[in-house]
Amino acid sequence: MTIWLDQNSKVLVQGMTGSEGRKHTQRMISSGTRIVGGVTPGKGGQTVTFEEDPVLVYNSVAEAKAATGANVSVIFVPGAYTKKAVFEAVDAGIELVVVITEGVPIKDTAEFYSYAAASGTTRMIGPNCPGLISPGKSNVGIIPASIAKPGRIGLVSKSGTLTYQMMFELGDIGFSTAVGIGGDPVIGTTHIDALAAFESDPDTDCIVMIGEIGGDAEERAAAYIAEHVTKPVFGYVAGFTAPEGKTMGHAGAIVSGSKGTAQAKQEALEAAGVKVGRTPSETAGLVRDVMEGKG
Amino acid sequence: MDLYEYQARDLFEAHGVPVLRGIVARTPEEAEAAARSLGTAVVVVKAQVKVGGRGKAGGVKLARSPEEARDRASEILGLDIKGHIVEQVMVTEGADIAEEYYFSLLLDRANRTYLAMCSVEGGMDIETLADERPEALARVDVDPIVGLDAAKADEIVAAAGFAEADRAEVARVLVLLGDVYRESDATLVEVNPLVKTGEGKILALDGKVSLDANASFRHSDWTELSDESRDDPLEIRARERDLNYVKLDGSVGIIGNGAGLVMSTLDVVAGAGKEFPGSPTPANFLDIGGGASAQVMADGLDIILSDPQVRVVFVNVFGGITACSEVAKGIIAALDILGPKATKPIVVRLDGNAVEIGRHILTEAAHPLVTMELTMDSAARKAAELASKN
Repeated sequence: MTIWLDQNSKVLVQGMTGSEGRKHTQRMISSGTRIVGGVTPGKGGQTVTFEEDPVLVYNSVAEAKAATGANVSVIFVPGAYTKKAVFEAVDAGIELVVVITEGVPIKDTAEFYSYAAASGTTRMIGPNCPGLISPGKSNVGIIPASIAKPGRIGLVSKSGTLTYQMMFELGDIGFSTAVGIGGDPVIGTTHIDALAAFESDPDTDCIVMIGEIGGDAEERAAAYIAEHVTKPVFGYVAGFTAPEGKTMGHAGAIVSGSKGTAQAKQEALEAAGVKVGRTPSETAGLVRDVMEGKG
Repeated sequence: MDLYEYQARDLFEAHGVPVLRGIVARTPEEAEAAARSLGTAVVVVKAQVKVGGRGKAGGVKLARSPEEARDRASEILGLDIKGHIVEQVMVTEGADIAEEYYFSLLLDRANRTYLAMCSVEGGMDIETLADERPEALARVDVDPIVGLDAAKADEIVAAAGFAEADRAEVARVLVLLGDVYRESDATLVEVNPLVKTGEGKILALDGKVSLDANASFRHSDWTELSDESRDDPLEIRARERDLNYVKLDGSVGIIGNGAGLVMSTLDVVAGAGKEFPGSPTPANFLDIGGGASAQVMADGLDIILSDPQVRVVFVNVFGGITACSEVAKGIIAALDILGPKATKPIVVRLDGNAVEIGRHILTEAAHPLVTMELTMDSAARKAAELASKN
């Protein structure tokens, strides 16, 4: 098993006809994802051909879902239209909506997160995230599929490139699912959501959690781990050298006063029994030791 | 983006929030003219800085005549308030304050809602109040879809314990402040103090507003609000080229792709630096983003090499979408353009998409300034070592 995404997931691409959507749809198809359709309002009936496979475009998510039985949607539409796209996916009853788009206004995210949460049906991941991959089964978003094989490590990270780095370091051991939750101030799926899912996934043996400065998600995750997680958890936190009051690339990555520091996050995780590495490679080494029976 | 008090005041006024008249002045003479034009018996001269605690630092003073306003302004202009030099003041009408309250509306990242905080004990530092008398600070969740409507405002004023007689008017003002928050794509609207005057009028006496930069595409007027003159010149140049750059104090220039990886690179360099004399630290944060081209790489390198503090550059790329071949081409292209101006060593670590081609390009070019390392940790050590020597 995996979390949230497997070989049976039927995936729609909202914004498939745009350049980003097209490029990444090709990559998803190449890595084995079952792409069942695209959604672009006003372009229903067109097809986009990826290598030999024509993929049909629908005018709405509801129409696409009715025709294909899709249960996952990945969103590549620009920030100005993201809110509308998510509302549409939620209204259609899509179970998993993955928002890759960067630069979505926080107000819009707060609204569509709230809307998705109230639906009781839709889990939203992102925005500003690389998506998720269950290697060998399905890949939704922009994570390069070739860097890691299927395996039994679960990974959750705010950062895309650190997700790739960690998957690369442990690619030979392999991952059940790797989830990039995104670095925005408001995100749909948190570290805690992923920890809970990995804890109950029989095919995940240990969990790697990557955090960064800003907010207190890592501290709350640490409290959750202490209470609810029995599997070994390994951590890495980025941003020890970040100056106070400066946004470090991700909109949510900011130390405000004494709050949101990497030090506080590392300490909270260690107090919860999480082994925290000083570098991504050292963290990977800690995981390797345990997975290879040396730790 | 944080606003100055006078910008917050203007924004409040545009949404119908009751505020005092205020005029911005950049010289003592302008302050005098402002006081004269306000025409009230008492005016207040307030330093315009984006930092708290200006009252205690001598940045807020009363004046009883235009001449006095000029003198007070000349004392305040040029003050250094926690590293912020005062370049402008706002001259406002004096207010007859009977009571001081506190109100803020902000993004609650943990709950993914908005949070309203309100107290009838205003005027003091809110963090102190929250620590010492948390029961005096009402906290009410605000649904992002519904917003701060009249019912929510009633709930807030009741929770904060306003006197019955004041509730309706305070609630009316809170709804207007909620409009400011929503319509301006704010992440913070704070009024401290919100006051009741001797005549029973509710006024927003001081305001702090932060805006969400992600929403700038739908607010064309925001360009007038930014004050780039205060930013680091290299940060401005980077922004013009759509690069995400933050200037730091060290000597190891950093370029990477993806915010998380770049933050991590800074940490790994700082950690490695401790092993070398002088403990070199990162000179900057620079994220060239996903799918970066050779041109973007060259732009980034150009900016970092313009920083006189930089002694060595560390390029750390894990190619997800970004092709390492493009990164390698960008490095070589930038070195070609810079020619003899390029004198700093460059340590490069590439992995991921098209890594073999990228490494091949660098090996073939055999540029004397470029050193390739195979891992992030060894590259960080190499960069720290070179920074320590040069």
